[in-house]
Amino acid sequence: MEKIFKRSESLYDVATHYCPGCGHGIAHRLVAEVVDSLGIREKTIGVAPVGCAVVAYDYWNFDCSEAAHGRALAVATGIKRVRPEKIVFTYQGDGDLAAIGTNETIHAANRGENISVVFINNAVYGMTGGQLAPTTLLGQKTATSISGRTKKEHGYPLKISEMLALLPGVCYIERVSLENPQEVLKAKRAITQAFENQINNLGFSLVEILSPCPTYWGLSPKEALDWIKLVMRKEFPLGRIK
Amino acid sequence: MAKTKILLSGNEAIAQGAIQAGCSFYAGYPITPQNEIIAYMAKHMSVPSGIKGQAPRVFIQAESELAAINMVYGAAAAGARAMTSSSSPGISLKQEGISYIAGAQLPAVIVNIMRGGPGLGNIAPAQSDYFQATRGGGHGDYHVIVLAPASAQEAYDLTQIAFDLADKYRIPVMILGDGILGQMMEPVKLSAGKIKVNSVKNWALGGCQGRKPNIVKSFFLREGDLEEFNLRLQKNYQVIKQKEQRCESLFLSDAKVILVAYGTMARIAKSAMSQLRSEGKKIGLIRPISLWPFPQKSFQIKNSKVKYLVLELSYGQMLQDVQLAVNGRQQVEFLGRSGGGILSQEQIINKVKKLL
Repeated sequence: MEKIFKRSESLYDVATHYCPGCGHGIAHRLVAEVVDSLGIREKTIGVAPVGCAVVAYDYWNFDCSEAAHGRALAVATGIKRVRPEKIVFTYQGDGDLAAIGTNETIHAANRGENISVVFINNAVYGMTGGQLAPTTLLGQKTATSISGRTKKEHGYPLKISEMLALLPGVCYIERVSLENPQEVLKAKRAITQAFENQINNLGFSLVEILSPCPTYWGLSPKEALDWIKLVMRKEFPLGRIK
Repeated sequence: MAKTKILLSGNEAIAQGAIQAGCSFYAGYPITPQNEIIAYMAKHMSVPSGIKGQAPRVFIQAESELAAINMVYGAAAAGARAMTSSSSPGISLKQEGISYIAGAQLPAVIVNIMRGGPGLGNIAPAQSDYFQATRGGGHGDYHVIVLAPASAQEAYDLTQIAFDLADKYRIPVMILGDGILGQMMEPVKLSAGKIKVNSVKNWALGGCQGRKPNIVKSFFLREGDLEEFNLRLQKNYQVIKQKEQRCESLFLSDAKVILVAYGTMARIAKSAMSQLRSEGKKIGLIRPISLWPFPQKSFQIKNSKVKYLVLELSYGQMLQDVQLAVNGRQQVEFLGRSGGGILSQEQIINKVKKLL
């Protein structure tokens, strides 16, 4: 029988620490598949964030660095400038990339650093217990917006991808979703594009992935996927942004 | 360039020392009184390193102190000799990154040209970051090696030593100067010969071709792992404490009063000592060059009648290390100014005469 799917060489065969229904497992696998398909495992350097994906390097079978919370793109800048021939990417959550690390994000993008960014938007802080994130939707209840996010008290969901698209140094931005297999395939294509751009020295590329967090959305895994489709996508429309 | 002497400010001497040491990555953010370093690096880092197989040198003006120190983290993780520089308020901002660099056991050089504090303070010379520099500075049980030059020549030499120590012990090394040292121009004799960097960094990130992946991190979540790691760090620190104490000692054999000062303050102390000795007064000087590890071995004087006079551009920070080193065997006195005031030779001489 022909084998048509196998575990990527870039992905270790280990048990997951993520919650049931979490999107990180899928996103990790997509990155690993892209790295394998481009044949770049031995020249890839990943930068893991602080957040739920802090131990991403426990899953990926290639060189990785930790970065302080929000500083992944500064660390990645240092690595890529020293080793321009390597493929350097960051993997960051919404709090990391769009709150505590906003400055590093904007300036790395504005410099047009030749780096690929995998940006996981699950509209909540997962690691620390489900607090308000920059991308939390209006009305969404979190541990620190207990009656739901209000524009008066918390401001609006931050659309960092649309903001970054304004910068001339940015080459490519696309928003994708993990809500169903069809969208997962599109997500993989977008990650491939972001890595190919780097291989072709085109500059800063970012893929924003709408990713389920059933635990802190208070939903079942199935309901969480539906929530992305029916609610989250209205605030964060899918597709090519730049 | 063999045996050439050129006129450099302390800041420029540090920058030239870094280049001579094979520094291939610099990231910084402007702040007075260290701006000559970032300007010098911007000008000279574009010149090829001259090291075979090494990529061109990289200079980045970062968007913030946080970004600068984390760029240095990344560059060091990728195997480069990396440096950043700043002054007191900027160094406070960098502390998170320095803690991560220490936790990830990365070699890096950080320059602090101190100015007055607390807060925004002023831009006058000061030595009031001693505690921050020598006690770790950021969160966690760690140390950085701290070297305190007292001249442009020493700034040039110690910066080169700093890179070697950083690589040898996989530890951040801080060059701790002050605004006078940074700004004052003096002749500097440049090292002869080509740049040699002998460090083998088999832990560095560069792609996992032909080996298992390398991970650079400071995170140890499993029970017991962090304690085990911290004990390894402590073991490294013990070796450094034994082997890397640096100090200049003058006239200790007959001294009745020993002045203790570092950096620019030691220059003034030395002048005061010379004046007093010309008057026949038995005065000596201990000038710590490594502030961490503190040169405790230089304070093993047996004569219980000897008095120490600690001189600082602060209100008594190194004083505590001198008291610990002396351990009650002799009297330790203190004279200091901070906030822009500089102790004069006369103030020192008056104080010494009261102690004699």
